[in-house]
Amino acid sequence: MLRLVDVCKTFNAGTVNAKVALDHLNLTLEDGDFVTVIGSNGAGKSTALNAIAGTFMVDKGQILLNDKDLTKMPEFKRATYLGRVFQDPMMGTAPDMQIEENLALAARRGKRRGLRWYISPEEREKYHELLKSLDLGLEDRMTTKVGLLSGGQRQALTLLMAAIKKPDLLLLDEHTAALDPKTAAKVLEISDKIVADNHLTTMMVTHNMKDALAHGNRLIMFHEGKIVIDVRGEDKKKLSAADLLEYFEG
Amino acid sequence: MNYLSVFLSSLPGACAQGLAWGIMALGVYITFRILNTSDLTVDGSLATGGAVCIALMTSGVNVYVAILAAMLSGILAGLITGLLHTKCGIPAILAGILTQLSLYSINLRIMGNRANLPISVDKYKLLVSQRYVRALNLTNPIPVFVVIIAVIITVLYWFFGTELGSGIRATGNNVRMAKAQGINTDRNKVLGFCMANGLVALAGALIAQYQGASDVNMGRGAIVIGLAAVIIGEVLFSKIFSNFSLKMLAVVIGAVIYYIVLQLVLTLGLNTNDLKLFSALIVAIFLAIPYFKGGRKDA
Ligand SMILES: Nc1ncnc2c1ncn2[C@@H]1O[C@H](COP(=O)(O)OP(=O)(O)OP(=O)(O)O)[C@@H](O)[C@H]1O
Ligand SMILES: [Mg+2]
Repeated sequence: MLRLVDVCKTFNAGTVNAKVALDHLNLTLEDGDFVTVIGSNGAGKSTALNAIAGTFMVDKGQILLNDKDLTKMPEFKRATYLGRVFQDPMMGTAPDMQIEENLALAARRGKRRGLRWYISPEEREKYHELLKSLDLGLEDRMTTKVGLLSGGQRQALTLLMAAIKKPDLLLLDEHTAALDPKTAAKVLEISDKIVADNHLTTMMVTHNMKDALAHGNRLIMFHEGKIVIDVRGEDKKKLSAADLLEYFEG
Repeated sequence: MNYLSVFLSSLPGACAQGLAWGIMALGVYITFRILNTSDLTVDGSLATGGAVCIALMTSGVNVYVAILAAMLSGILAGLITGLLHTKCGIPAILAGILTQLSLYSINLRIMGNRANLPISVDKYKLLVSQRYVRALNLTNPIPVFVVIIAVIITVLYWFFGTELGSGIRATGNNVRMAKAQGINTDRNKVLGFCMANGLVALAGALIAQYQGASDVNMGRGAIVIGLAAVIIGEVLFSKIFSNFSLKMLAVVIGAVIYYIVLQLVLTLGLNTNDLKLFSALIVAIFLAIPYFKGGRKDA
Protein backbone atom coordinates (compact mmCIF):
# COMPACT_ATOMS: atom_id res chain seq x y z
CA MET A 1 0.00 0.00 0.00
CA LEU A 2 1.24 3.46 -0.95
CA ARG A 3 0.23 6.47 1.08
CA LEU A 4 1.03 10.07 0.24
CA VAL A 5 0.04 12.28 3.15
CA ASP A 6 -0.20 16.01 2.64
CA VAL A 7 2.80 16.13 0.32
CA CYS A 8 4.00 19.56 -0.80
CA LYS A 9 6.72 20.54 -3.24
CA THR A 10 7.58 24.01 -4.44
CA PHE A 11 10.37 24.40 -6.98
CA ASN A 12 12.62 27.45 -6.69
CA ALA A 13 10.95 28.41 -3.43
CA GLY A 14 11.57 31.98 -2.36
CA THR A 15 12.42 33.24 -5.84
CA VAL A 16 10.33 34.93 -8.52
CA ASN A 17 10.30 31.57 -10.28
CA ALA A 18 8.68 29.77 -7.36
CA LYS A 19 6.33 27.08 -8.65
CA VAL A 20 4.02 25.04 -6.47
CA ALA A 21 4.16 21.62 -8.15
CA LEU A 22 2.51 19.50 -5.43
CA ASP A 23 -0.10 21.22 -3.31
CA HIS A 24 -1.00 19.22 -0.19
CA LEU A 25 -1.28 16.03 -2.18
CA ASN A 26 -3.04 13.04 -0.60
CA LEU A 27 -3.26 9.65 -2.25
CA THR A 28 -3.69 6.07 -1.12
CA LEU A 29 -3.12 3.11 -3.41
CA GLU A 30 -4.31 -0.36 -2.43
CA ASP A 31 -2.14 -3.36 -3.21
CA GLY A 32 -2.74 -4.41 -6.77
CA ASP A 33 -4.16 -1.08 -7.86
CA PHE A 34 -3.29 -0.20 -11.43
CA VAL A 35 -3.85 3.54 -11.59
CA THR A 36 -3.72 5.55 -14.77
CA VAL A 37 -2.71 9.16 -14.19
CA ILE A 38 -3.80 12.01 -16.44
CA GLY A 39 -3.68 15.81 -16.32
CA SER A 40 -2.55 18.71 -18.46
CA ASN A 41 1.08 19.70 -18.95
CA GLY A 42 2.61 20.96 -15.75
CA ALA A 43 -0.16 19.53 -13.56
CA GLY A 44 2.35 17.75 -11.35
CA LYS A 45 2.16 14.14 -12.53
CA SER A 46 5.89 13.65 -13.04
CA THR A 47 6.64 15.60 -9.90
CA ALA A 48 4.42 13.22 -7.92
CA LEU A 49 6.15 10.15 -9.34
CA ASN A 50 9.59 11.68 -8.82
CA ALA A 51 8.68 12.58 -5.25
CA ILE A 52 7.82 8.94 -4.60
CA ALA A 53 11.04 7.78 -6.29
CA GLY A 54 13.15 10.27 -4.36
CA THR A 55 14.56 12.26 -7.27
CA PHE A 56 14.22 15.18 -4.85
CA MET A 57 13.08 15.49 -1.25
CA VAL A 58 9.60 16.90 -0.62
CA ASP A 59 9.08 20.07 1.41
CA LYS A 60 6.36 18.67 3.61
CA GLY A 61 4.28 15.56 4.12
CA GLN A 62 4.96 11.85 4.24
CA ILE A 63 5.51 9.10 1.72
CA LEU A 64 4.75 5.62 3.05
CA LEU A 65 5.06 2.37 1.15
CA ASN A 66 3.90 -0.77 2.96
CA ASP A 67 4.51 1.01 6.25
CA LYS A 68 8.06 1.91 5.33
CA ASP A 69 8.65 5.62 5.56
CA LEU A 70 10.35 6.68 2.32
CA THR A 71 10.13 10.40 2.97
CA LYS A 72 13.79 10.96 3.81
CA MET A 73 15.29 7.88 2.18
CA PRO A 74 17.84 8.56 -0.61
CA GLU A 75 16.78 7.70 -4.15
CA PHE A 76 19.04 4.68 -4.58
CA LYS A 77 17.69 3.04 -1.41
CA ARG A 78 14.06 3.55 -2.40
CA ALA A 79 14.85 1.79 -5.64
CA THR A 80 14.79 -1.45 -3.64
CA TYR A 81 11.00 -1.17 -3.49
CA LEU A 82 10.31 0.53 -6.81
CA GLY A 83 10.39 -0.15 -10.51
CA ARG A 84 10.58 2.78 -12.88
CA VAL A 85 10.24 3.42 -16.58
CA PHE A 86 10.79 6.92 -17.89
CA GLN A 87 9.38 8.83 -20.83
CA ASP A 88 12.77 9.04 -22.51
CA PRO A 89 13.80 5.58 -23.75
CA MET A 90 17.44 6.63 -23.24
CA MET A 91 16.93 7.16 -19.53
CA GLY A 92 16.15 3.70 -18.24
CA THR A 93 19.11 1.67 -19.47
CA ALA A 94 22.90 1.87 -19.65
CA PRO A 95 23.59 2.24 -23.39
CA ASP A 96 27.20 1.06 -23.40
CA MET A 97 26.39 -2.09 -21.47
CA GLN A 98 24.97 -5.32 -22.86
CA ILE A 99 21.34 -6.37 -22.59
CA GLU A 100 22.20 -9.10 -20.10
CA GLU A 101 24.40 -6.74 -18.09
CA ASN A 102 21.51 -4.30 -17.79
CA LEU A 103 19.21 -7.07 -16.60
CA ALA A 104 21.82 -8.25 -14.12
CA LEU A 105 22.16 -4.73 -12.74
CA ALA A 106 18.41 -4.63 -12.20
CA ALA A 107 18.34 -8.09 -10.65
CA ARG A 108 20.66 -6.82 -7.91
CA ARG A 109 18.43 -3.93 -6.92
CA GLY A 110 18.34 -3.77 -3.13
CA LYS A 111 21.15 -6.30 -2.74
CA ARG A 112 24.71 -5.59 -1.70
CA ARG A 113 26.91 -5.42 -4.75
CA GLY A 114 30.09 -7.22 -3.86
CA LEU A 115 33.09 -8.68 -5.58
CA ARG A 116 31.32 -11.67 -7.03
CA TRP A 117 31.91 -12.13 -10.71
CA TYR A 118 28.91 -10.86 -12.48
CA ILE A 119 26.59 -13.11 -14.46
CA SER A 120 26.22 -16.81 -13.78
CA PRO A 121 25.06 -19.29 -16.46
CA GLU A 122 21.80 -19.96 -14.58
CA GLU A 123 21.16 -16.26 -14.44
CA ARG A 124 21.79 -15.95 -18.13
CA GLU A 125 19.29 -18.70 -18.78
CA LYS A 126 16.68 -16.90 -16.71
CA TYR A 127 17.22 -13.69 -18.67
CA HIS A 128 16.90 -15.63 -21.89
CA GLU A 129 13.45 -16.83 -20.82
CA LEU A 130 12.40 -13.37 -19.68
CA LEU A 131 13.49 -11.76 -22.93
CA LYS A 132 11.73 -14.45 -24.92
CA SER A 133 8.47 -13.51 -23.20
CA LEU A 134 8.77 -10.06 -24.82
CA ASP A 135 8.63 -11.67 -28.23
CA LEU A 136 10.96 -9.08 -29.73
CA GLY A 137 13.83 -11.41 -30.55
CA LEU A 138 16.03 -9.85 -27.89
CA GLU A 139 16.80 -13.24 -26.40
CA ASP A 140 19.16 -13.87 -29.30
CA ARG A 141 20.99 -10.57 -28.77
CA MET A 142 21.81 -10.79 -25.09
CA THR A 143 25.35 -9.48 -25.51
CA THR A 144 24.30 -6.60 -27.76
CA LYS A 145 24.93 -3.13 -26.36
CA VAL A 146 21.61 -1.59 -25.36
CA GLY A 147 22.53 1.62 -27.17
CA LEU A 148 21.98 -0.21 -30.43
CA LEU A 149 18.33 -1.05 -29.67
CA SER A 150 15.32 0.92 -30.87
CA GLY A 151 13.37 3.09 -28.46
CA GLY A 152 10.57 0.54 -28.22
CA GLN A 153 12.97 -2.32 -27.56
CA ARG A 154 14.66 -0.28 -24.88
CA GLN A 155 11.36 0.54 -23.18
CA ALA A 156 10.37 -3.12 -23.24
CA LEU A 157 13.73 -4.02 -21.70
CA THR A 158 13.37 -1.28 -19.10
CA LEU A 159 9.96 -2.72 -18.19
CA LEU A 160 11.50 -6.13 -17.68
CA MET A 161 14.21 -4.58 -15.54
CA ALA A 162 11.67 -2.62 -13.51
CA ALA A 163 9.63 -5.75 -12.82
CA ILE A 164 12.49 -8.21 -12.31
CA LYS A 165 12.57 -7.75 -8.52
CA LYS A 166 8.76 -7.65 -8.18
CA PRO A 167 8.69 -4.09 -6.84
CA ASP A 168 6.07 -2.92 -4.35
CA LEU A 169 5.24 -0.13 -6.76
CA LEU A 170 5.79 0.30 -10.49
CA LEU A 171 6.07 3.89 -11.77
CA LEU A 172 5.51 4.43 -15.48
CA ASP A 173 5.84 8.06 -16.57
CA GLU A 174 4.54 8.45 -20.13
CA HIS A 175 6.69 5.50 -21.02
CA THR A 176 5.14 5.12 -24.46
CA ALA A 177 4.99 8.82 -25.39
CA ALA A 178 8.21 8.76 -27.41
CA LEU A 179 7.22 5.70 -29.46
CA ASP A 180 5.37 5.37 -32.75
CA PRO A 181 1.72 4.27 -32.34
CA LYS A 182 2.35 0.64 -33.23
CA THR A 183 5.34 0.27 -30.94
CA ALA A 184 3.52 2.18 -28.20
CA ALA A 185 0.65 -0.28 -28.39
CA LYS A 186 3.06 -3.20 -28.19
CA VAL A 187 4.88 -1.73 -25.17
CA LEU A 188 1.53 -1.07 -23.48
CA GLU A 189 0.52 -4.65 -24.09
CA ILE A 190 3.78 -5.82 -22.53
CA SER A 191 3.20 -3.47 -19.59
CA ASP A 192 -0.25 -4.96 -18.99
CA LYS A 193 1.14 -8.46 -19.11
CA ILE A 194 4.02 -7.72 -16.75
CA VAL A 195 1.74 -5.94 -14.29
CA ALA A 196 -0.78 -8.80 -14.35
CA ASP A 197 1.79 -11.60 -14.19
CA ASN A 198 3.52 -10.07 -11.18
CA HIS A 199 0.44 -8.50 -9.53
CA LEU A 200 2.22 -5.17 -9.41
CA THR A 201 0.76 -2.04 -7.87
CA THR A 202 1.21 0.47 -10.66
CA MET A 203 0.96 4.16 -11.50
CA MET A 204 0.96 4.91 -15.21
CA VAL A 205 1.03 8.49 -16.47
CA THR A 206 -0.36 9.03 -19.96
CA HIS A 207 -1.72 11.80 -22.13
CA ASN A 208 -3.71 9.32 -24.17
CA MET A 209 -7.30 9.33 -22.85
CA LYS A 210 -8.10 6.08 -24.61
CA ASP A 211 -5.17 4.33 -22.91
CA ALA A 212 -6.05 5.89 -19.57
CA LEU A 213 -9.54 4.45 -19.84
CA ALA A 214 -8.61 1.09 -21.30
CA HIS A 215 -5.94 0.19 -18.75
CA GLY A 216 -5.99 -0.29 -15.02
CA ASN A 217 -8.73 -0.36 -12.41
CA ARG A 218 -8.50 3.24 -11.31
CA LEU A 219 -7.97 6.65 -12.86
CA ILE A 220 -6.79 9.87 -11.26
CA MET A 221 -6.46 13.31 -12.75
CA PHE A 222 -4.00 15.96 -11.58
CA HIS A 223 -4.64 19.67 -11.75
CA GLU A 224 -2.31 22.28 -10.31
CA GLY A 225 -0.57 19.88 -7.99
CA LYS A 226 -3.71 18.25 -6.64
CA ILE A 227 -5.81 15.24 -7.52
CA VAL A 228 -9.14 16.48 -8.83
CA ILE A 229 -10.65 13.23 -10.14
CA ASP A 230 -10.35 9.77 -8.64
CA VAL A 231 -12.58 7.05 -10.09
CA ARG A 232 -12.25 3.33 -9.75
CA GLY A 233 -13.81 -0.03 -10.54
CA GLU A 234 -17.22 0.07 -12.18
CA ASP A 235 -17.33 3.86 -12.22
CA LYS A 236 -14.12 3.92 -14.21
CA LYS A 237 -15.51 1.42 -16.71
CA LYS A 238 -18.48 3.71 -17.31
CA LEU A 239 -16.27 6.72 -17.91
CA SER A 240 -15.86 7.92 -21.49
CA ALA A 241 -13.25 10.08 -23.20
CA ALA A 242 -15.91 12.74 -23.61
CA ASP A 243 -16.46 12.83 -19.83
CA LEU A 244 -12.77 13.35 -19.26
CA LEU A 245 -12.48 16.07 -21.85
CA GLU A 246 -15.29 17.88 -20.15
CA TYR A 247 -13.34 17.84 -16.90
CA PHE A 248 -10.26 19.10 -18.73
CA GLU A 249 -12.12 22.04 -20.13
CA GLY A 250 -14.40 22.75 -17.22
CA MET B 1 71.01 9.02 -41.10
CA ASN B 2 72.44 10.48 -37.94
CA TYR B 3 68.91 11.44 -36.86
CA LEU B 4 67.79 7.89 -37.35
CA SER B 5 70.53 6.35 -35.22
CA VAL B 6 69.98 8.91 -32.46
CA PHE B 7 66.27 8.21 -32.59
CA LEU B 8 66.75 4.45 -32.56
CA SER B 9 69.09 4.56 -29.61
CA SER B 10 66.52 6.61 -27.69
CA LEU B 11 63.71 4.18 -28.44
CA PRO B 12 64.14 1.98 -25.33
CA GLY B 13 63.94 5.07 -23.13
CA ALA B 14 60.81 6.27 -24.91
CA CYS B 15 59.21 2.85 -24.51
CA ALA B 16 59.98 2.69 -20.79
CA GLN B 17 58.61 6.18 -20.23
CA GLY B 18 55.55 5.38 -22.30
CA LEU B 19 54.89 2.27 -20.23
CA ALA B 20 55.29 4.16 -16.95
CA TRP B 21 52.92 6.86 -18.13
CA GLY B 22 50.65 4.14 -19.49
CA ILE B 23 49.93 3.15 -15.88
CA MET B 24 49.00 6.74 -15.21
CA ALA B 25 46.83 6.78 -18.33
CA LEU B 26 44.91 3.73 -17.07
CA GLY B 27 43.93 5.83 -14.08
CA VAL B 28 42.79 8.61 -16.38
CA TYR B 29 40.84 6.05 -18.39
CA ILE B 30 38.88 5.10 -15.27
CA THR B 31 37.67 8.64 -14.65
CA PHE B 32 37.47 9.87 -18.23
CA ARG B 33 35.90 6.87 -19.91
CA ILE B 34 34.33 4.72 -17.17
CA LEU B 35 33.08 7.44 -14.82
CA ASN B 36 32.62 9.84 -17.71
CA THR B 37 34.09 12.82 -15.85
CA SER B 38 37.37 14.69 -15.96
CA ASP B 39 39.51 14.41 -12.87
CA LEU B 40 42.26 16.99 -12.63
CA THR B 41 43.53 15.66 -9.30
CA VAL B 42 46.04 13.59 -11.22
CA ASP B 43 48.50 16.42 -11.83
CA GLY B 44 48.91 16.56 -8.06
CA SER B 45 48.54 12.91 -7.13
CA LEU B 46 51.24 11.84 -9.61
CA ALA B 47 53.75 14.05 -7.80
CA THR B 48 52.39 12.89 -4.45
CA GLY B 49 53.10 9.30 -5.43
CA GLY B 50 56.65 10.23 -6.39
CA ALA B 51 57.20 12.34 -3.27
CA VAL B 52 55.89 9.72 -0.85
CA CYS B 53 57.85 6.92 -2.47
CA ILE B 54 61.19 8.74 -2.63
CA ALA B 55 60.81 10.40 0.81
CA LEU B 56 60.14 7.01 2.38
CA MET B 57 62.90 5.22 0.52
CA THR B 58 65.52 7.82 1.38
CA SER B 59 64.57 7.40 5.02
CA GLY B 60 65.20 3.69 4.76
CA VAL B 61 61.85 2.14 3.90
CA ASN B 62 61.72 -0.89 1.64
CA VAL B 63 60.90 -0.14 -1.99
CA TYR B 64 57.71 -2.22 -2.07
CA VAL B 65 56.39 -0.69 1.12
CA ALA B 66 57.20 2.76 -0.24
CA ILE B 67 55.31 2.05 -3.46
CA LEU B 68 52.32 0.76 -1.52
CA ALA B 69 52.33 3.88 0.64
CA ALA B 70 52.51 5.99 -2.50
CA MET B 71 49.41 4.24 -3.85
CA LEU B 72 47.59 4.82 -0.58
CA SER B 73 48.43 8.51 -0.71
CA GLY B 74 46.95 8.64 -4.21
CA ILE B 75 43.82 6.85 -3.04
CA LEU B 76 43.50 9.42 -0.27
CA ALA B 77 43.81 12.26 -2.79
CA GLY B 78 41.07 10.63 -4.88
CA LEU B 79 38.93 10.26 -1.79
CA ILE B 80 39.17 13.97 -1.08
CA THR B 81 38.24 14.93 -4.64
CA GLY B 82 35.42 12.39 -4.57
CA LEU B 83 34.01 13.72 -1.31
CA LEU B 84 34.32 17.36 -2.43
CA HIS B 85 32.36 16.39 -5.52
CA THR B 86 29.67 14.11 -4.09
CA LYS B 87 29.22 15.38 -0.54
CA CYS B 88 29.86 19.09 -1.10
CA GLY B 89 28.30 19.39 -4.55
CA ILE B 90 31.41 20.86 -6.18
CA PRO B 91 31.66 20.09 -9.91
CA ALA B 92 34.13 17.26 -10.51
CA ILE B 93 36.58 19.34 -12.52
CA LEU B 94 36.73 22.07 -9.88
CA ALA B 95 36.98 19.54 -7.04
CA GLY B 96 39.97 18.03 -8.83
CA ILE B 97 41.60 21.41 -9.32
CA LEU B 98 41.19 22.22 -5.62
CA THR B 99 42.78 18.95 -4.53
CA GLN B 100 45.53 19.31 -7.07
CA LEU B 101 46.39 22.80 -5.90
CA SER B 102 46.47 21.83 -2.25
CA LEU B 103 48.60 18.81 -3.10
CA TYR B 104 51.28 21.12 -4.42
CA SER B 105 51.84 22.46 -0.90
CA ILE B 106 51.49 19.02 0.63
CA ASN B 107 53.98 17.50 -1.80
CA LEU B 108 56.55 20.14 -0.87
CA ARG B 109 56.08 19.23 2.78
CA ILE B 110 56.38 15.52 2.07
CA MET B 111 59.72 16.22 0.41
CA GLY B 112 60.90 18.24 3.40
CA ASN B 113 60.17 21.63 1.82
CA ARG B 114 62.30 20.87 -1.16
CA ALA B 115 61.15 21.04 -4.77
CA ASN B 116 63.30 18.12 -5.80
CA LEU B 117 64.32 14.99 -3.95
CA PRO B 118 66.96 12.87 -5.70
CA ILE B 119 67.52 9.19 -5.08
CA SER B 120 70.69 7.45 -6.15
CA VAL B 121 70.42 4.14 -7.93
CA ASP B 122 73.80 3.20 -6.46
CA LYS B 123 72.68 3.61 -2.89
CA TYR B 124 69.12 2.35 -3.00
CA LYS B 125 67.46 -0.75 -4.36
CA LEU B 126 65.17 0.76 -6.98
CA LEU B 127 62.56 -1.28 -8.81
CA VAL B 128 63.13 0.58 -12.07
CA SER B 129 65.91 2.86 -13.21
CA GLN B 130 66.65 4.74 -16.39
CA ARG B 131 70.29 3.68 -16.14
CA TYR B 132 69.51 0.12 -17.14
CA VAL B 133 67.03 0.84 -19.90
CA ARG B 134 69.40 -0.64 -22.50
CA ALA B 135 70.60 -3.49 -20.28
CA LEU B 136 69.97 -6.95 -21.61
CA ASN B 137 69.15 -8.51 -18.26
CA LEU B 138 66.57 -8.40 -15.50
CA THR B 139 67.60 -4.99 -14.22
CA ASN B 140 66.00 -3.54 -17.36
CA PRO B 141 62.92 -1.53 -16.33
CA ILE B 142 60.90 -2.39 -19.44
CA PRO B 143 59.99 -5.97 -18.45
CA VAL B 144 59.23 -4.74 -14.93
CA PHE B 145 56.77 -2.20 -16.33
CA VAL B 146 55.25 -4.82 -18.60
CA VAL B 147 54.64 -7.18 -15.69
CA ILE B 148 53.13 -4.45 -13.53
CA ILE B 149 50.84 -3.36 -16.36
CA ALA B 150 49.76 -6.94 -17.03
CA VAL B 151 48.82 -7.33 -13.38
CA ILE B 152 46.93 -4.02 -13.34
CA ILE B 153 44.97 -4.81 -16.50
CA THR B 154 44.09 -8.27 -15.18
CA VAL B 155 42.89 -6.90 -11.85
CA LEU B 156 40.89 -4.08 -13.48
CA TYR B 157 39.35 -6.50 -15.97
CA TRP B 158 38.26 -8.73 -13.12
CA PHE B 159 37.07 -5.85 -10.95
CA PHE B 160 34.92 -4.17 -13.58
CA GLY B 161 33.30 -7.53 -14.24
CA THR B 162 32.15 -7.92 -10.63
CA GLU B 163 28.83 -6.69 -9.28
CA LEU B 164 30.50 -3.69 -7.69
CA GLY B 165 32.56 -2.87 -10.77
CA SER B 166 29.54 -3.16 -13.04
CA GLY B 167 27.72 -0.75 -10.76
CA ILE B 168 30.55 1.73 -11.25
CA ARG B 169 30.33 1.31 -15.02
CA ALA B 170 26.57 1.89 -14.89
CA THR B 171 27.12 4.98 -12.73
CA GLY B 172 29.36 6.50 -15.38
CA ASN B 173 27.23 5.35 -18.27
CA ASN B 174 23.80 6.55 -17.08
CA VAL B 175 23.58 7.93 -13.58
CA ARG B 176 19.78 8.19 -13.53
CA MET B 177 19.41 4.59 -14.54
CA ALA B 178 21.99 3.56 -11.95
CA LYS B 179 20.07 5.28 -9.16
CA ALA B 180 16.79 3.77 -10.35
CA GLN B 181 18.47 0.37 -10.12
CA GLY B 182 19.44 1.01 -6.51
CA ILE B 183 23.11 1.73 -7.15
CA ASN B 184 24.85 4.01 -4.67
CA THR B 185 26.16 6.33 -7.34
CA ASP B 186 27.91 8.76 -5.00
CA ARG B 187 29.89 6.01 -3.33
CA ASN B 188 30.77 4.55 -6.71
CA LYS B 189 32.07 7.85 -7.99
CA VAL B 190 34.26 8.21 -4.91
CA LEU B 191 35.53 4.66 -5.39
CA GLY B 192 36.37 5.42 -9.01
CA PHE B 193 38.29 8.56 -8.07
CA CYS B 194 40.20 6.57 -5.43
CA MET B 195 41.15 3.79 -7.83
CA ALA B 196 42.18 6.22 -10.53
CA ASN B 197 44.41 8.28 -8.27
CA GLY B 198 45.85 5.18 -6.64
CA LEU B 199 47.05 4.12 -10.08
CA VAL B 200 48.30 7.59 -10.90
CA ALA B 201 50.30 7.72 -7.66
CA LEU B 202 51.72 4.28 -8.40
CA ALA B 203 52.84 5.63 -11.76
CA GLY B 204 54.33 8.64 -9.95
CA ALA B 205 56.30 6.38 -7.62
CA LEU B 206 57.68 4.40 -10.55
CA ILE B 207 58.43 7.45 -12.68
CA ALA B 208 60.32 9.10 -9.80
CA GLN B 209 62.43 5.98 -9.31
CA TYR B 210 62.97 5.67 -13.03
CA GLN B 211 64.26 9.20 -13.42
CA GLY B 212 66.13 9.11 -10.10
CA ALA B 213 64.27 11.93 -8.38
CA SER B 214 60.86 13.08 -7.34
CA ASP B 215 60.01 16.60 -8.37
CA VAL B 216 57.16 18.80 -7.23
CA ASN B 217 56.49 19.69 -10.86
CA MET B 218 56.65 16.19 -12.27
CA GLY B 219 52.86 16.02 -12.58
CA ARG B 220 52.38 19.28 -14.38
CA GLY B 221 50.29 18.57 -17.45
CA ALA B 222 49.96 14.89 -16.52
CA ILE B 223 46.23 14.92 -17.28
CA VAL B 224 47.02 15.97 -20.84
CA ILE B 225 49.47 13.10 -21.30
CA GLY B 226 46.94 10.67 -19.83
CA LEU B 227 44.21 11.93 -22.13
CA ALA B 228 46.57 11.78 -25.09
CA ALA B 229 47.26 8.13 -24.34
CA VAL B 230 43.57 7.29 -23.93
CA ILE B 231 42.58 9.07 -27.12
CA ILE B 232 45.49 7.92 -29.29
CA GLY B 233 44.71 4.37 -28.18
CA GLU B 234 41.05 4.77 -29.05
CA VAL B 235 41.57 6.45 -32.39
CA LEU B 236 44.05 3.80 -33.51
CA PHE B 237 42.53 0.67 -32.01
CA SER B 238 38.82 1.16 -31.40
CA LYS B 239 37.97 -0.69 -34.62
CA ILE B 240 39.92 -3.82 -33.70
CA PHE B 241 39.86 -3.88 -29.90
CA SER B 242 36.39 -4.36 -28.43
CA ASN B 243 37.19 -6.47 -25.36
CA PHE B 244 37.62 -4.39 -22.23
CA SER B 245 41.10 -5.70 -21.46
CA LEU B 246 42.21 -4.89 -25.00
CA LYS B 247 40.81 -1.39 -24.65
CA MET B 248 43.01 -0.91 -21.60
CA LEU B 249 45.95 -2.32 -23.54
CA ALA B 250 45.21 0.24 -26.25
CA VAL B 251 45.55 3.00 -23.65
CA VAL B 252 49.01 1.75 -22.68
CA ILE B 253 50.06 1.44 -26.30
CA GLY B 254 48.71 4.95 -26.80
CA ALA B 255 51.07 6.20 -24.10
CA VAL B 256 54.03 4.41 -25.66
CA ILE B 257 53.22 5.85 -29.08
CA TYR B 258 52.91 9.28 -27.55
CA TYR B 259 56.42 9.06 -26.09
CA ILE B 260 57.89 7.64 -29.27
CA VAL B 261 56.42 10.50 -31.30
CA LEU B 262 57.69 12.93 -28.70
CA GLN B 263 61.15 11.42 -28.95
CA LEU B 264 60.99 11.69 -32.70
CA VAL B 265 60.17 15.39 -32.74
CA LEU B 266 62.82 16.05 -30.09
CA THR B 267 65.37 14.26 -32.24
CA LEU B 268 64.27 16.37 -35.18
CA GLY B 269 65.10 19.46 -33.18
CA LEU B 270 62.01 20.52 -31.22
CA ASN B 271 62.99 22.73 -28.33
CA THR B 272 62.21 20.98 -25.02
CA ASN B 273 60.61 24.20 -23.82
CA ASP B 274 57.97 23.75 -26.49
CA LEU B 275 57.10 20.24 -25.34
CA LYS B 276 53.97 21.18 -23.38
CA LEU B 277 52.62 23.17 -26.30
CA PHE B 278 53.28 20.20 -28.54
CA SER B 279 51.54 17.82 -26.10
CA ALA B 280 48.48 20.02 -25.87
CA LEU B 281 48.34 20.20 -29.67
CA ILE B 282 48.50 16.42 -30.01
CA VAL B 283 45.61 16.01 -27.56
CA ALA B 284 43.56 18.75 -29.21
CA ILE B 285 44.06 17.16 -32.62
CA PHE B 286 43.22 13.64 -31.48
CA LEU B 287 40.18 14.87 -29.54
CA ALA B 288 39.00 16.71 -32.63
CA ILE B 289 39.41 13.79 -35.06
CA PRO B 290 36.39 11.81 -33.85
CA TYR B 291 34.37 15.01 -33.66
CA PHE B 292 35.10 15.97 -37.24
CA LYS B 293 34.45 12.44 -38.38
CA GLY B 294 31.05 12.88 -36.74
CA GLY B 295 31.60 9.76 -34.71
CA ARG B 296 31.32 10.12 -30.95
CA LYS B 297 28.71 12.37 -29.41
CA ASP B 298 30.49 12.48 -26.06
CA ALA B 299 34.07 13.10 -27.13
N1 LIG C 1 13.13 20.45 -11.50
C1 LIG C 1 12.20 21.44 -11.60
N2 LIG C 1 12.55 22.72 -11.35
C2 LIG C 1 11.64 23.70 -11.45
N3 LIG C 1 10.36 23.52 -11.77
C3 LIG C 1 9.94 22.26 -12.03
C4 LIG C 1 10.85 21.16 -11.97
N4 LIG C 1 10.16 20.04 -12.27
C5 LIG C 1 8.91 20.42 -12.52
N5 LIG C 1 8.76 21.75 -12.38
C6 LIG C 1 7.51 22.50 -12.53
O1 LIG C 1 6.52 21.88 -11.75
C7 LIG C 1 5.29 21.85 -12.43
C8 LIG C 1 4.82 20.41 -12.55
O2 LIG C 1 5.64 19.75 -13.47
P1 LIG C 1 5.51 18.21 -13.84
O3 LIG C 1 6.70 17.83 -14.62
O4 LIG C 1 5.21 17.43 -12.63
O5 LIG C 1 4.23 18.22 -14.78
P2 LIG C 1 3.54 17.00 -15.53
O6 LIG C 1 2.18 16.89 -14.99
O7 LIG C 1 4.39 15.80 -15.49
O8 LIG C 1 3.47 17.61 -16.99
P3 LIG C 1 3.74 16.90 -18.40
O9 LIG C 1 2.46 16.34 -18.81
O10 LIG C 1 4.12 18.06 -19.28
O11 LIG C 1 4.81 15.91 -18.24
C9 LIG C 1 5.52 22.51 -13.77
O12 LIG C 1 5.09 23.85 -13.68
C10 LIG C 1 7.00 22.48 -13.95
O13 LIG C 1 7.45 23.58 -14.68
MG1 LIG D 1 5.57 14.73 -16.92
